[in-house]
Amino acid sequence: MLLEDKRTRPRHYIAVLFLLAAALSAINPLYWMIMTAVQQPTLAVTFPPEWFPSNPTWINFQRFLARPGVMRWTTNSLFVALAVTGIQIFTSAMAGYAFAKKTFPGSNVIFYLYIASMMVPVQVTLVPLFLIMTSLGFQDTYAGLILPAIAGPFGVFLMKQFISTLPTELIEAAIIDGCGEVQTFGRVILPLAKPGLAVLGIFTFMGQWNQFLWPLIITNSANMRTLPVGLALLQEELPMQYGLLMAGATYAAIPMIVIFFMFQRYFLRGITVGALKG
Amino acid sequence: MTALRALGKRLYKGRWGYFFILPNFAIFAIFFLVPVVWSMVLSLLDYQWWGTEFVGLRNYQSLLGDRIFWKSIVNTAYYTLGVVPLWLAKALLVSALIFPFRKPIQTFFKAAFYLPHVTSAVIISMIWLWIFNPPFGLLNYLLRYVGIEPIAWLGNTRTAMPALIFMQVVMGGGSSIVLLSAAMNGIPAYLYEAAELDGAKPTQVFFRVTLPLLRPTLLYLVVTGTINSFQVFTNIYLMTSGGPQFSTTTIVYMIYDKAFSQFQFGPASAMAMVLFAITAVLAIVQFRWLGQEVEY
Repeated sequence: MLLEDKRTRPRHYIAVLFLLAAALSAINPLYWMIMTAVQQPTLAVTFPPEWFPSNPTWINFQRFLARPGVMRWTTNSLFVALAVTGIQIFTSAMAGYAFAKKTFPGSNVIFYLYIASMMVPVQVTLVPLFLIMTSLGFQDTYAGLILPAIAGPFGVFLMKQFISTLPTELIEAAIIDGCGEVQTFGRVILPLAKPGLAVLGIFTFMGQWNQFLWPLIITNSANMRTLPVGLALLQEELPMQYGLLMAGATYAAIPMIVIFFMFQRYFLRGITVGALKG
Repeated sequence: MTALRALGKRLYKGRWGYFFILPNFAIFAIFFLVPVVWSMVLSLLDYQWWGTEFVGLRNYQSLLGDRIFWKSIVNTAYYTLGVVPLWLAKALLVSALIFPFRKPIQTFFKAAFYLPHVTSAVIISMIWLWIFNPPFGLLNYLLRYVGIEPIAWLGNTRTAMPALIFMQVVMGGGSSIVLLSAAMNGIPAYLYEAAELDGAKPTQVFFRVTLPLLRPTLLYLVVTGTINSFQVFTNIYLMTSGGPQFSTTTIVYMIYDKAFSQFQFGPASAMAMVLFAITAVLAIVQFRWLGQEVEY
């Protein structure tokens, strides 16, 4: 079998060892985070460190969850991430559909604007965005957290790529059957684009859940902080409380790790579809 | 007149296209395109809450004399030159090594390397502050086995930046591995067979067949990797605050500090424009340099 040829077992066990070592070193910090989180607070800073806590405990998590603000940060993060994801999916699917299946003057130029914007460092927009949001009175509000994130090049590009693969005949058939433009989009395109919407949804949610710089700038009251910003403040406030800090980090990381293992193939797919080449 | 009418007709025919892009494009324009242009304008102003004055290129002139800003450019370049090649080499090596395995094993390794990417930079920074901790951290503990005395990795001007690079390389590269593996699996098998029939050794196959065909993917990774590294912020903010003695002050950290600690929006915008110019020039150079001979 010629095709099997390149898939024969590698004779070099060194290669396997290297792979395992590199993978372990990438995952080990996460392991270490969890181990410190379930370690007795007094034992976290003893020498030598324990690889497996001899006496695991939930005390760090209890102390973290009891801190003022933690629940509020969590709800803020969840609400903002869900709102951004919902709106972003919808507007991106609409725009992606237009770029994939509609011809209109200027479509190439506008699409090129989106693509070129991926090359612009986001920090370029930071100061003007802050001034716009404050002048609109959106500083320290949900609108301030949500609005700038709900449209962007990644979603439009991803949805265009995805909807381009759907057969145009389906749209024509829908129109012949008497569907209006909006109905065609809602009843034909959206259901067929579900896998693409899932990929975009997962990446948008992850990006928002982990977002740091913008929430740091646009919020200033303890009530409006999101989880990453809250964690960063906690780190500044209690830099030596490693058990508590790692419990907080684990608390914020676990949802994304679970989502990753549940939807692994969407992640792997999103990376390959979302990359534009050349 | 007829030309105008023809244009009107085309615009009318395309009305549903505009309808569908409108919500996304309106938000994109208000919260991205307008700010980019405004940022250019701001960089020419002395913007204060009591009044705004046009100062021409003065913000840029004062940047020229700002030694810390120059240092931040050097630091950012240092960080990028450290991170991008190392992480690309790691990604290439790993993708090449997992390539001969079966799909499930490939997927296992891809998932393992991608896992750190789903956590935020805040969490990664918090973990590594703990790992780098001089008396109790994991790193110094492990290094003791090879006879290295405890080092304050982040507290030393010589080691702070290498430590940040090291952390990024250890944790990073996951999405590059996914992309490179996909590209490697896309290379037709007959090319390998032909190379083997010609008696090529595995290393020759890698350098003469695999690598040239990966060029478009590598180009993409180099360009996006450079842009991302130039924007490093969260790690710096949480782990070193740009110190010690400005040895880890990067451009974006400076922009943040100027704009949101000192509220000097004009100079901060000028810095952002410099960042924009540098990444744009680098992207163009990389496209020119790596983009030639790319076949699709």
